[in-house]
Amino acid sequence: MTVIPVDELRVADCYQCGKCTAGCPVAARMDRMPNQIVRLVQMGGFEAAIASAAMWECVSCQTCTTRCPKSVDCAGVMDKLRALSAERPSPEQARHHTILFQHAFLKNIRRHGRLNELELVGTFKAAVFAKNLEIPFLFKDALLAPRMLQRGKLKLAGGSVRDRDVVGRIFDRCLQSRDRQGAV
Amino acid sequence: MARIGVFTCWCGENIARTVDVEQVSAALGQLPGVHCSLDYKYMCSEPGQSLIQEKIKSENLDAVVVASCSPHMHLRTFRKTAANAGVNPYRVEMANIREHCSWVHHDRATATTKAIDLIRMSVAKVRWDEPLEPIKVPVTRRALVVGGGVAGIQAALDIADGGYEVVLVEREPSIGGKMAGLSETFPTLDCSQCILTPRMVEVGQHPRIKLYTYSEVEQVEGYLGNFTITIRKKARYVDTKSCTGCGDCWNACPIKRNPSEFDYGLGMRPAIYIPFPQAVPARPVIDKETCTRIKKGKGCGLCEKKCLTHSIHFDDQDELVSEKVGAVVVATGFKLYSIGQQQDDGATTGYGEYGYGKFKDVVTSLQFERLLSASGPTGGRVVRPSDGKEPKNVVFLSCVGSRDDAKGLPYCSKICCMYTAKHAMLYKHKVHDGQAHVFYMDIRAGGKNYEEFVRRAIEQDGARYYRGRVSRIYEENGKLVVRGADTLAGAPVTIEADLVVLAAAVVPATGVRDLARKLNVGYDQYGFLLESHPKLRPVETSAAGVFICGACQAPKDIPEAVAQASAAASKALIMFGHEELTREPEVARIDEKNCAACFTCVRTCPYHAIDKAELLTPRGVFVKRTARVNPGLCMGCGTCVAVCPSKSADLAGFTEQEIYAEVEALV
Amino acid sequence: MELGYYPGCALHGTSNDYEDSVRACLDALGVGLKEVNDWICCGATAAHSINHKLSIALPARNLALAEREGFGEILAPCPMCSMELLKASDLVKSDAALRQEMGRIVELDFEGRTSVLNLIQVFQKVGLDTIKAAVKSPLEGLKAACYYGCLLTRPPETLRFDDCERPSSMEAVIAALGGTAVEWNYKTECCGAGMTLANTDIVLDLSHKILTNAAAHGANCVVVACPMCHVNLDMKQADIERRTAVRHGMTIYYLSDLVGRALGLSDHTLGIDRHFVYGG
Repeated sequence: MTVIPVDELRVADCYQCGKCTAGCPVAARMDRMPNQIVRLVQMGGFEAAIASAAMWECVSCQTCTTRCPKSVDCAGVMDKLRALSAERPSPEQARHHTILFQHAFLKNIRRHGRLNELELVGTFKAAVFAKNLEIPFLFKDALLAPRMLQRGKLKLAGGSVRDRDVVGRIFDRCLQSRDRQGAV
Repeated sequence: MARIGVFTCWCGENIARTVDVEQVSAALGQLPGVHCSLDYKYMCSEPGQSLIQEKIKSENLDAVVVASCSPHMHLRTFRKTAANAGVNPYRVEMANIREHCSWVHHDRATATTKAIDLIRMSVAKVRWDEPLEPIKVPVTRRALVVGGGVAGIQAALDIADGGYEVVLVEREPSIGGKMAGLSETFPTLDCSQCILTPRMVEVGQHPRIKLYTYSEVEQVEGYLGNFTITIRKKARYVDTKSCTGCGDCWNACPIKRNPSEFDYGLGMRPAIYIPFPQAVPARPVIDKETCTRIKKGKGCGLCEKKCLTHSIHFDDQDELVSEKVGAVVVATGFKLYSIGQQQDDGATTGYGEYGYGKFKDVVTSLQFERLLSASGPTGGRVVRPSDGKEPKNVVFLSCVGSRDDAKGLPYCSKICCMYTAKHAMLYKHKVHDGQAHVFYMDIRAGGKNYEEFVRRAIEQDGARYYRGRVSRIYEENGKLVVRGADTLAGAPVTIEADLVVLAAAVVPATGVRDLARKLNVGYDQYGFLLESHPKLRPVETSAAGVFICGACQAPKDIPEAVAQASAAASKALIMFGHEELTREPEVARIDEKNCAACFTCVRTCPYHAIDKAELLTPRGVFVKRTARVNPGLCMGCGTCVAVCPSKSADLAGFTEQEIYAEVEALV
Repeated sequence: MELGYYPGCALHGTSNDYEDSVRACLDALGVGLKEVNDWICCGATAAHSINHKLSIALPARNLALAEREGFGEILAPCPMCSMELLKASDLVKSDAALRQEMGRIVELDFEGRTSVLNLIQVFQKVGLDTIKAAVKSPLEGLKAACYYGCLLTRPPETLRFDDCERPSSMEAVIAALGGTAVEWNYKTECCGAGMTLANTDIVLDLSHKILTNAAAHGANCVVVACPMCHVNLDMKQADIERRTAVRHGMTIYYLSDLVGRALGLSDHTLGIDRHFVYGG
């Protein structure tokens, strides 16, 4: 059974007042409300929490954590769930655009040290296509490219980091290690 | 040579399970001076006590050691037992072999050895115990009540009706407190002023109540039964004796627009004013901050010109008066937590997200009471402060500042669930096509008829209750957008309200900490005054002769405040039922011939119980300076004994010889 | 005044108009910027969503680089970057074991001595009175909706900047420039942040609400200090209009744009003419 170490997030203190849900800008889109996600984690229902798509709708705006009367780090709970899911995503989740985007982003900065935006767009769209076979998505915003180019906003190459290899080593050390409770 | 009796208790199984009581009893019988050592199942019971008395008589004992529970439990019991059999009650020691031994150890052998050691220490001490006599102090049979809200009024009336004089000091221009400003009270929906004002009038007219309004306690000296209170009568600028309360002055005042304190800023009052029509006393005061004549020293004076009895005196000064009382009852009440602004202590941050202070139509619960009240700034019509229109959708937020570790106070303010239901009901009674929405976390309705009252608000008056907190309120197009949650339905809820009422947390009244320090009464981190024991002694404090009641002790509703006030009054009446009061004689004393007069003890005594004095010959000739303990004030803490460099200070009942005896009995 | 400078990926990529704007106006105010040598991406949303340790290590590397170069203070004009840097800085300062571990991971020892400033804090450091005195063309007619977004004020324990419920630091700068700031209700509501590509619909919906509220309160422009907010409100404005059938036509300025303009710099120098919604 998956156990998520969440002591430092003060999940046990939550008394389900719902203020997080009340202030969440995307709550209406979620299949489970933020307070319900915290409730699941509180009661050990980690699988159900990870199965919910709520954490991928979350925009990390920090409103929930900031206003919580019990100092529960609700945004932190979402982060923890995302991290766990990213490790072993279910097939549905593995197709979710946001996961694919975050992975593409990390791969990109791992290789270049800094973000190469053009490459990111390309790899992200390719990844979405590979998982979902959405052809229209490949061409979404394509018309934006020339307008960006016109405004000098499309850099064909990213900035150069001389010591790029250290970034790879940093990634390796972080992604392979586990903390005391076995979490990433 | 002392004749000591040692009585070891089984306390049922509490002691006997871990300590071999019979072995203990036998061992102690061997000690020199111990003429009787026996054990019994329940020493504190009647047969147990009789046993002790029998043995005192038959063995001619003059000192008693009871080995049982904590002295906090039964020291008084056994002292009485011994006294009734002719042994001085201060020649009684208790060895705690329960809380200090059987309840904290598991191993029988070591626990038994320890028990024997503990009792041996007590036997050594009791040998040195002097036959002390309780200290008698006279008692002034008058009471001071601080605070004229419903609790203070009740306490004052009870004591006065009991036959004793009461000095009632109230900070505001009139008595009545928060209850005078309410519209109706739960669960009966009695008109608040209708049930309170008869009491207020009774206080005002009572032959034994001396009422000081617009006054504060300046200084407190003395001790149980013998307090000297200095009261500051703030300058009213109106002679209350000659004034008839006709109102010509406040009608004439040109400065009409000061925010009214009684209306919590929703209404206006002139510079010379009476806080509300039923005020007791019905005499105005002048607010020196806004009165032109008083601020500038010249000009205006219209009120003085209008006054037919020449009762207005602009040269009034604060006056200090002295009153002697025997008991003090503190009933200073509460105020609401400041939302959205800097707090008194700077430690809490308020609620910027609710827009209080920014949006006119976000009000507090007490402000809403004034809107509901027939004698309020809108004559009892519920209208929006911004445009005077009737609100068709009113949102009530519970727990604003309460039950909030992060941004407010962690405790529950107790009364808000009930008054919010009341507000929802009264709003509906006044605005028939209005809709009340209540955001709550839990409903706390434990009192008599309380649950039924809340259900009535929901079932009969159609109030909509959403279980969830509100995250944010902002104003858009004249409406207040309330972003809340319904956790039971599992969805966010947005309501466009015309008016929002915040149930702000209950906190103690301003200045209570200063008053507490003057009275030597403790207070907690929120400023609530500390009772002696939360269960069994809810109205007494650590300061003998000072009692507390009402919301100054903790948030509470009117029935509880009134009950607690009567309880506090009864404690005062118990005191007054005696010709003189007794204090425990375990107080410090100073060997005045030996004292070096360094006065370190004077400086360190936490109760200010030691004075600088002079040792005189019988004819009054000065011999030397000395420190002198006031046995009335001394609480027997022993600090002076610890700091005295010349070993002149000692503590009766716990002398240095006695302590050494205990220690030496161990080694 | 010399400050270390951490541009972050956005300012060197799509939002390089922001960099032009920041460099030009700070130069005019006599603030020198020296880029942190060989800086790397702070990790942004991706790192903290995927791996906690990585989300500390990437900013930690940059703090270590800045410290090695001797910078006491660095400017990070992107609030995502400044928030991640500050979060990492707080964590390593309070946990010696973590600091050592991070030193090992990023291959550089450091103590976390460098402070991180956002753009508004740099203007405060220069002094609003100084800026006001240097104004050549006061921004008359400007009715700005100051938009802080999420990461300039939240989480308050990390950022310790302004008031997260009633911020006013940007308004103070606008006032110093002779402009008017409108009072409106979406100052700190999220625009959708880094979801621009991943979850575009959320961005369009949230940003639409922001633009609508700004207009409803009489603003003729929105001022931001975050490159993600700018992209969502400016570059995506056409998509918002298409999706909602509402014409916004709202100009989105970087705060540095307005400071620069008031100091007399041209739109071209400041990169304003490269915005998507540009009136000329």
